[in-house]
Amino acid sequence: MAVGITSYGAYIPMYRMNMQTLARTWGSPAGKGEKAVANWDEDSLTMATESSVDCLNGLDRSTIDGLYFATTTPAYREKQNASIIAKVIDLRRDITTADFANSVRGGTNALKAAIDAVKAGSAKRFLVAAADCRVPAPDSQFERLFGDGSAAFLIGDSDLAVEIEGSASISSEFMDIWKREEDRYVQAWEERFIVTKGYLAHLEEIISIIFKKYKVTPKDFSKVVFYAFDQRRHLEIAKKLGFDPATQLQDSLLSTVGHTGSAQAMMMLVAALEEAKPGDKILFANYGDGADAFILKVCDQIEKIRDRRGIKKNLASRMELSSYGKYLHFRNILDWGRQREPERFGALTMSWRDRSWLLSCHGHKCRQCGTIQFPMQRVCTWCQAKDDFDEVRLSDKKGTLFTYSMDNLATSVDKPTVIAIVNIVGGGRFSTVLTDRDTEKISPDMPVEFTFRRVHEAQGIHNYFWKCRPARA
Amino acid sequence: MAESFKDKVAIIGMGCSKFGENWDMGSEDMVVDATYDALADAGIEMKDIDAAWVGTIGFHGTGTGMTSTGITGAAISMPLKLQYKPVTHVENGCATGTDALRNAAFAVAAKVYDIVLVVGVEKLKDTGFGGLGELAIPPHPVFEGGITAPGMYALAATRYFKKYGLTPEEGKRMLAKVSVKSHYNASRNPRAHLRNVITEEQVINAPVIAWPLGLFDCCGVTDGAAAAILCRAEDAKKFKDDYVLIKGLGLSVGPGQGSIRTDYDFTIWDETVHASKQAYAMAGITNPRKELDLVECHDCFSISEVIAVESMGLCERGKARADIESGAWTQKGEIPVNLSGGLKAFGHPIGASGCREAFEIYQQLLGRAEDKTRRLKNPRMGLVHNQAGLPGKFMCAVAIYGLP
Repeated sequence: MAVGITSYGAYIPMYRMNMQTLARTWGSPAGKGEKAVANWDEDSLTMATESSVDCLNGLDRSTIDGLYFATTTPAYREKQNASIIAKVIDLRRDITTADFANSVRGGTNALKAAIDAVKAGSAKRFLVAAADCRVPAPDSQFERLFGDGSAAFLIGDSDLAVEIEGSASISSEFMDIWKREEDRYVQAWEERFIVTKGYLAHLEEIISIIFKKYKVTPKDFSKVVFYAFDQRRHLEIAKKLGFDPATQLQDSLLSTVGHTGSAQAMMMLVAALEEAKPGDKILFANYGDGADAFILKVCDQIEKIRDRRGIKKNLASRMELSSYGKYLHFRNILDWGRQREPERFGALTMSWRDRSWLLSCHGHKCRQCGTIQFPMQRVCTWCQAKDDFDEVRLSDKKGTLFTYSMDNLATSVDKPTVIAIVNIVGGGRFSTVLTDRDTEKISPDMPVEFTFRRVHEAQGIHNYFWKCRPARA
Repeated sequence: MAESFKDKVAIIGMGCSKFGENWDMGSEDMVVDATYDALADAGIEMKDIDAAWVGTIGFHGTGTGMTSTGITGAAISMPLKLQYKPVTHVENGCATGTDALRNAAFAVAAKVYDIVLVVGVEKLKDTGFGGLGELAIPPHPVFEGGITAPGMYALAATRYFKKYGLTPEEGKRMLAKVSVKSHYNASRNPRAHLRNVITEEQVINAPVIAWPLGLFDCCGVTDGAAAAILCRAEDAKKFKDDYVLIKGLGLSVGPGQGSIRTDYDFTIWDETVHASKQAYAMAGITNPRKELDLVECHDCFSISEVIAVESMGLCERGKARADIESGAWTQKGEIPVNLSGGLKAFGHPIGASGCREAFEIYQQLLGRAEDKTRRLKNPRMGLVHNQAGLPGKFMCAVAIYGLP
C-alpha cells in the first residue's frame, strides 16, 4: 500500500526582524537577512493551529484520524498540547493525539510515526504539525539564528501528492544543544565540535544509509531538503554528499525565517513541494539526537493542493518589527515590574464549559430563523427560540471589519489594543481584537480573518481564544 | 391595571457633595455631606426618614471589574447611623443613580413610606489607576478582558463617522465642539470637577485614549455623592413651597445583541430609544425637543452625547453635527444639553451620576444655580439620561422632572 503526503501547510508569523535591528541594538556586526518573530499572542501551539488549518484547506476535517504535534517549546510542559490543537482545528474526538517534544528532530519523528500508523492501517489520514517559538538568550548567536514558524503535513493512503518510497532513521546519544528543566535559554557546546561530530557526521551517515539501502545516488533526486545548521555548512554538506547546491539544494529559509527548530526541515519541505513537479524525487533528511531521511516521489495530485498559503504566500505577507524593545516585550524577556497591571481572570471550569466556542469557534445556527450567532446562545438573539440550534464552525469564514477603535488605555504588550466588531461572511458577528495589524492601515469594511491566539495568562493558565487579523494575501 | 406615575412623587430636597479627586474623603464622607445637604434643603431631620436607597457600584481598587460584591444598604446606614431603617442597595451599572431614585419613588408612590432618602455615591480615586481600568462584565477567562470603556465607545464614533460620511478630522472636530461646550458650562459651575475652559484645538491635539477619542473626549474620573429626599406629591407642600415632581421614568435593559447581531450599527442606541420613549409616554411628551427645557445627558464620552441626543429623538438622526455647529445644545440654544458641564466636566462618580444629574435639573427648575449667568429663564421641565454598559449592551435610565 502506498503511503504519503496528501496535503501540506505552513505558517510564518507576520513580524520579521532584520539582522540590522539586532546589530544596532547590540553594536555588533550586522548579519544578512531577517527572521520571523511570533507576535506576543502567539506560541508554538497557536502557530501549529495555523499551519494545520492551511494544510486542511478544503478538506473534510472529520476524516482526520490523528494528530501528532512536534515542538521543543510546548505551551504546557505537563498537559498534552496536541489535544488542544485538535479541539481548536475541530477534529473528531475518537482520534489519536500525541506530543513529540524535546528534540528538533521531533517533526520527522512524528512524521515517521504517522506514516507507520497509516501503513499499519490504524489510521487513514494522520495530521502532523511541527512548530517552535524558541526564545534565544539576548545578544547570543542563537538570537540571530532562531526564528518562529510552523509546518504541517497530512499523511494518508489515498490521493497522494507525494509518495514516500523509503526511509531510514538512526538514534544517537549526542549532546550538542540542550535545555534543562530549569534553563531559560538553550545551551550549546563548542560549535566546531557539534558541527563536525554532530550535524555533519549524522547527516552524512543517514544519507549514505539511504544511498546504500535504496541503491540511489544524488543524480536520482531533483531536490535535496535537509536540516540546516547554518548557511555555510548547509552548502558544504550538500557538496560533500555529491549534490549540486545551485540546482539541487533546497533553500534553508535561514535568511528569511530563521531557524525554526523542530519545524525547520518540515518548512523547507513545504517550500520544496510548492515548486515540485509530478515525477520529481526529493531526498528529505532531518537531524537532532540522530537523524531521519525519506525518499519522496511527487505525484500528479500535487497540482490539486496549490492553493495553500504554504511558505511562499506567508513569506510575502509581512510587517517589519524594527524595535528591539517590542521584541523583548513580545518574548517577555525582562522583568517588567508590572505590579500595577490589573489581574487577569481565569477559571478552568468556565473555559471547559465554553470550550465549543472558545476553542472550536462554534457558533449557533438557529433552526427556526436560520441566523448564526456567536458566541453560542441558549435563546436566539433574533427570534427568541429556545435551545433549537445547530453548531457551526466559524473560524474558517471570512469577515469584514464593521467598526473598530484603538485603545491606548487597555493594558497590552502591543498598544494600542485594536477593538474590532467583525461581521462574519455568511452570518454572525464577532466582537474581538485585531492582531497582526498595522495601525495605519485599518479602515471600516476591510476584510479580516480568524486566527487563534493566546489572550492572557491568569492563575497559571494560558487563556486562548480567537481573534481577527487583516486578511493575509 | 398599571396607573400613570406622572406627578405622584415629589423631590423636596437635594444635596450634592464636593465633586473631584477627593483624596481626603472616603465614600462615607461624601454620603454624609450630600445627605445632610439634602435634609437641610427639605427642612427635615434624619429621624424623619422612613427608608433609604443607596446607588453605588462599589468600585473596588483592582481596576479589573465593576463589581459590587458585598455592597449592601450598610454603605449608607453605617455612615449616616440610620437607626434600623430599611435600606436597599441598587446597582445597574452607570445607570445606578437614576435607578435607585426610580425604585425609591415607586415605594413612595405605593404609599409604603412617607419620606425616603436616595443617595448615589462612588469613590473612584482609590484604585491607583488612571481612568476606570479594564472591563470584564461578567468576568470571563477571555471575553471582554483587556478593553476599556473609551475603547468600546470609540467603536460607536468610528461607525458614526463612516455612516454619515465624516472624515476622521471632521468627526473629531464635531466631537471637540461638544467637549468645549461642556468645559465652558462647567467653568461657570462652582460645583463641577473640571472647570478649565478649553479650545477645539486642545481637544483635537490631546493624547489619544482610544482612537478616535482623545483625552478631552473622555469624562472626568471623579469622586462624589448626591442625595434626594422624596415624598408623595400631595404631601410636598407640608415641607416647602418649591419642589420638583417626577413626570416620567423609563428604564431599558438591552439583551446585549450589539456584539451578536449584524444589524446593530452602533450609531443609534436602542436602549436609549426605549427608555426615553417610556419616559415621554409617562410624562405625556410628544415633542421632546420643544417640550423639554434642558437635558442632562450621560456624556461619559463626547460621542455619547451626540448619539444619546439623537437616540432620544431630541435631534434628527445624523443631524447632530448641524445642531452642534449652530449651537442648538448650548445654554442659548433650542435644547440646552449638559448645562452643568455634564459627566464630561462636572464629573462621573458612577453610582452618583444619575442623582447628580437630577440635582442639576432640580437647581435649574427652582432657579437656584449658584452662578446666575447660567440660570435658564423659567424652565419647566428637564430630562436626565443615565446609561450603563457598552454600546450594544446598555442599561439606560431616563427620568423627567418638572415643576408642579
